[in-house]
Amino acid sequence: MDFSEEEIERYSRHIILSEVGGEGQQKLKDAKVFMVGAGGLGSPAALYLAAAGVGTLGIVDLDVVDLSNLQRQILHATPDVGRDKVESAKETLLAINPNITVNTYTERITSANVLDIIGNYDIVMDGSDNFPTRFLMNDACFQLKKPLVSGSMFRFDGQVTVLRGHEPDDPCYRCLYPEPPPADLVPSCQEAGILGVLAGTVGVLQATETIKLILGQGEALVGRLLVYNALEMEFMKVKYRKNPKCLLCGPDPQITELLDYEISCTLQQH
Amino acid sequence: MSINVRIPAPLRKLTDGQSDVSADGATVTSLIDDLEQRHPGLKERLCDDNGGIRPFVNIYLNDEDIRFLDGANSKLNDGDLVSIVPAIAGGS
Repeated sequence: MDFSEEEIERYSRHIILSEVGGEGQQKLKDAKVFMVGAGGLGSPAALYLAAAGVGTLGIVDLDVVDLSNLQRQILHATPDVGRDKVESAKETLLAINPNITVNTYTERITSANVLDIIGNYDIVMDGSDNFPTRFLMNDACFQLKKPLVSGSMFRFDGQVTVLRGHEPDDPCYRCLYPEPPPADLVPSCQEAGILGVLAGTVGVLQATETIKLILGQGEALVGRLLVYNALEMEFMKVKYRKNPKCLLCGPDPQITELLDYEISCTLQQH
Repeated sequence: MSINVRIPAPLRKLTDGQSDVSADGATVTSLIDDLEQRHPGLKERLCDDNGGIRPFVNIYLNDEDIRFLDGANSKLNDGDLVSIVPAIAGGS
C-alpha cells in the first residue's frame, strides 16, 4: 500500500470493509477508468469514482456547459456556464479528491481516435447520448478487450448493463441490440426530455458496477439488463446471452473494423 | 388467455399512456397481432415490413430474451409477463 495518512483517513470507511480493505483501496488507486461524457450520467458517476479514490479518470466531452444542463449534470455549477465541460468536471473532481489524476479530452470520439484514447484505460463507462457512439464504444472495447459499463436513459426510464463481449461466454452490446434504430425512429433530444434525478440513479449504478469490477467483488451485471422506471419505482432485470449470430463477437464475425454510424441526434445540447 | 404486456415509455403514446396492458396470444407473433388490434400502430414499432422483430427492440418473456427462446414463435402461457424493451441512448 502506498497511501498517505490523509488517504488512509479519507478512505477509512472503505478500508474497514473486508471486501475492500487496503488491498481493494490500492486496486481503486491503480485503476484507470475512461468516461464517455461529462453530462447526465458522467456527472454522478465521476463524482463517486473520484470520491472512492479511483486513481485515474479520463473524460471525453466536446460540449460547453449550458444552463439547461444544470438540472441534472451535477459536475457543473452555475458559474461554469459557457466553460468546457471537461474543464469544469476536472475542477469539481479534484476539489473532491486532489489525490487523483483527471485526464480531459475535448474532442468528438470517432473510429479514428477511439483506440488511442481508451487504450491506456482499464474500464470504459459509457454515458454518451447517441447510438453511433454507443456502438462505436462497444466495438472498440471489444477490440481492446476492455469491460464497458453501459448506462442509458430516456424520459423516466434507465438501462444499465456490463458488456464483456471479448470473454468467451459474455455478450456485447450488439448481442443485446444488434443494430441501432434508424435516425427517424429516434426521438430528438429536445422532444424526449429527461427527469434530472434519473441521471443520478443510472450514473450511480454505473459507478457501482465499475467499482465492483475494479475490486473483483460481487456479481457483475453481465448478461443481465437492469431496466429502471422512475415513475413506477420499479427495477426489472432481464437476461440476455452471447448471440451466436453476433456480427461482432460471434463465431463468424462480419464487423472487423470500427464503423462510424451517422449521428442521429441533431441537437448539440439538451 | 391473458398475457400482461409491459409497454416502454416511447410506445405509451399508443396505449393511452398505460405502462401495462393485457393481450392474448398463443405465441409472441399472435400476441403482437392482438396488441395491434387493441392499440393500432404498435406492430409497426415492433416489427419490420417482413414481420420480423426489429433489431433495436427486445421482447422478454418473463425474464428471458425471446431471441434465445423460439423468437417470435415462442409459446406463451396464461399469466406470462411480456416486456418490450427498446434500445435507448440518452446519457447527457
